[in-house]
Amino acid sequence: MQVDIVTPERRLLSMAANEIQIPGAEGDLTAMAGHAPAMIGLRPGILRAKDGSGEKAYVVTGGFAEVSATSVTILAEMAIPVEEATPAVLDKLLSDASEAAAVNPSKDAADKAFADLAAIKAALSGH
Amino acid sequence: MPSLKDLKNRIGSVKNTRKITKAMQMVAAAKLRRAQDSAEAARPYADRMNAVMGALAASVGTGDGAPKLLAGSGADKVHLLVVMTSERGLCGGFNTTIVRLARAKVAELLAAGKTVKILTVGKKGREQMKRDYGQYYVGHVDLTAVKRVGYADALGIARDVIARFEHGEADVVTLFYNRFQSVISQIPTAQQVIPAVFEGAETTASYDYEPGEEAILADLLPRNVATQVFTALLENAASEQGARMSAMDNATRNAGDMINKLTVVYNRSRQAAITKELIEIISGAEAL
Repeated sequence: MQVDIVTPERRLLSMAANEIQIPGAEGDLTAMAGHAPAMIGLRPGILRAKDGSGEKAYVVTGGFAEVSATSVTILAEMAIPVEEATPAVLDKLLSDASEAAAVNPSKDAADKAFADLAAIKAALSGH
Repeated sequence: MPSLKDLKNRIGSVKNTRKITKAMQMVAAAKLRRAQDSAEAARPYADRMNAVMGALAASVGTGDGAPKLLAGSGADKVHLLVVMTSERGLCGGFNTTIVRLARAKVAELLAAGKTVKILTVGKKGREQMKRDYGQYYVGHVDLTAVKRVGYADALGIARDVIARFEHGEADVVTLFYNRFQSVISQIPTAQQVIPAVFEGAETTASYDYEPGEEAILADLLPRNVATQVFTALLENAASEQGARMSAMDNATRNAGDMINKLTVVYNRSRQAAITKELIEIISGAEAL
């Protein structure tokens, strides 16, 4: 199935994949060909697109995914290839998130975003 | 009658001006291509966003429970106009057309008894709007240091605007910018972003929403404002370079015409001087 990742500034990825792991707001899910049409909000997490030969992984901070039987379109505000997501980049995101949490009226959501980002950092540094 | 020396200097200075305008035209052409590329690259996101938002908005509706960014604050009293212009001049009528459109809107709103607030993006528009409507002026976003507009810039403006809306300082927010059509034509456009309006809402496939429709909509509405601001900034950047290119093309052509005219005058006066000297020599010789 076709997978596209688009950010406000450009189209980041356009490829054919067998399965796409999506960090959904209400839990991770994997989309494969023939998936029921769905609109899924994203939480900060790692998005993986797998084809026969390997996978491409991106760190996303939010946005949503539009899933249909033949394609997945990810509209992400920011997506960074995992290879480029160095601890320094993640620390920057974390500090931005904690700043946002400080002024955000919906404290729970902001705190959750912060926790999700911290989880990404832990997951990536584990490799 | 200017002396030959004066004419020569004049021609030299116009030639220099022509070199400068020619160079500016070429720089604008290169920047235009880049600006068009960014606008092109941003289109898939904006299009998808608009389609999804349209479908969501249509199914949620503008009832009591609808998010305020979609349904509005329930009043139509305070209008915030975001006037987007360029940071630099020498781009023909680019800034004037936007400001003229904004001015017409201000006059119309004031006549209807509404309260007007003006937020400017870009130095040129600030100067013009401040002169006429200084008392309605609420803020300015400075992008002088920004070489190439990024999403972060749009996000900043969008946050500012949304904060004003949420604090009840504005009921309706409209963006003013030039939509890029071609190098010779830019269309001044007024686009209402809050409450959101969607064109051509698609009502095709029924989606499963996760989390619910309202939650996604509430999450997406602020992003949508930022996306629209970003699109406007990109269109404006491309329009500015297009306008500058055609303005500088005109200037280069005018300079060329002027050089031709001055050269004709210069040659005539030189010939007149030579003839005069010859006559003097001949009549001097005849007198002997």
